[in-house]
Amino acid sequence: METELIKLSLIKAGRALWTTLPVLLGAMLLIALASSFISKSVYASVFSGDSFFDAIIAATLGSIFAGNPATSYIIGGELVDAGISMFAVTAFLVSWVTVGIIQFPAESILLGKRFALFRNITAFLFSILVAFAVVSVVGAW
Amino acid sequence: MVSEKSYAGWYFLVAVLVLYLLSYLLSPENAFAALEFFYSLILKLIPIFVLVFLLLALANYYIKPKMLAEHMGHGSGLKGWFIAVTSGIISTGPIYMWYPLLNEMQKHGMRNGLLAAFLYARAVKVPLFPILILYFGLTYTIILSLAIIIAAPLQGLLTEKLMELFKNENSSIK
Repeated sequence: METELIKLSLIKAGRALWTTLPVLLGAMLLIALASSFISKSVYASVFSGDSFFDAIIAATLGSIFAGNPATSYIIGGELVDAGISMFAVTAFLVSWVTVGIIQFPAESILLGKRFALFRNITAFLFSILVAFAVVSVVGAW
Repeated sequence: MVSEKSYAGWYFLVAVLVLYLLSYLLSPENAFAALEFFYSLILKLIPIFVLVFLLLALANYYIKPKMLAEHMGHGSGLKGWFIAVTSGIISTGPIYMWYPLLNEMQKHGMRNGLLAAFLYARAVKVPLFPILILYFGLTYTIILSLAIIIAAPLQGLLTEKLMELFKNENSSIK
């Protein structure tokens, strides 16, 4: 009985992974394509100098690009060196991990279109709010 | 949501492959670089695949819909938010690797707000703290992490409220 239950759990897990495999492969292929076609120098060239407007641009860039968060820390460090405000850099770091435009098709197929849409919109807004809160607190520290 | 009979995932994969074909016609070097990057991603993610498979099997074995509804369903309260945020922080690997498990949990009655909070809390990357500290300092790292932890349930609640607000039979977004 117990062995049957374990076998059934493993079969169900395998079936769930198999069902989502094309979505996962598609998402990974898209991320790889974006990483190889979009040069890293694009990041610093699009900022205006106005910190609020830059935060929106930074959150948008962070939402579009994907990859290891460590990459976003390195790019964020370069942006700080290039004179971009911490408000914008923080929005970039947070949106990089929380918003996923490239992963959006996979998320909407697996978790529902409405969920993916509202989750990404609110995560985008919160990346700016979190950036504002962090910069205010760190500034007052 | 994807079901076992749905072909949406396969259509998506075919669409991405067509995109690769187009990018090959535009720039073969970049298309090959993308494939190499994809290959390195696959190699890096094999352990996460195994972890997700084991977690899925464990979830199927131990978690029953009634139990999930109790701990992470609509009546789960503070405990549900705490579990979602904590598990988001300790989860590893890229976001999309967690979609299959979350899909299963959603089918079993997990609250959408908790799903969103889990995904948001993943922005706290404890193993990457040394790099974050190196670039931005300890104070910044602590405050950023705390802000994300506080924001995760709020963002989850807002997602849920918006989903309820725009839930009507005429809506084109399902």
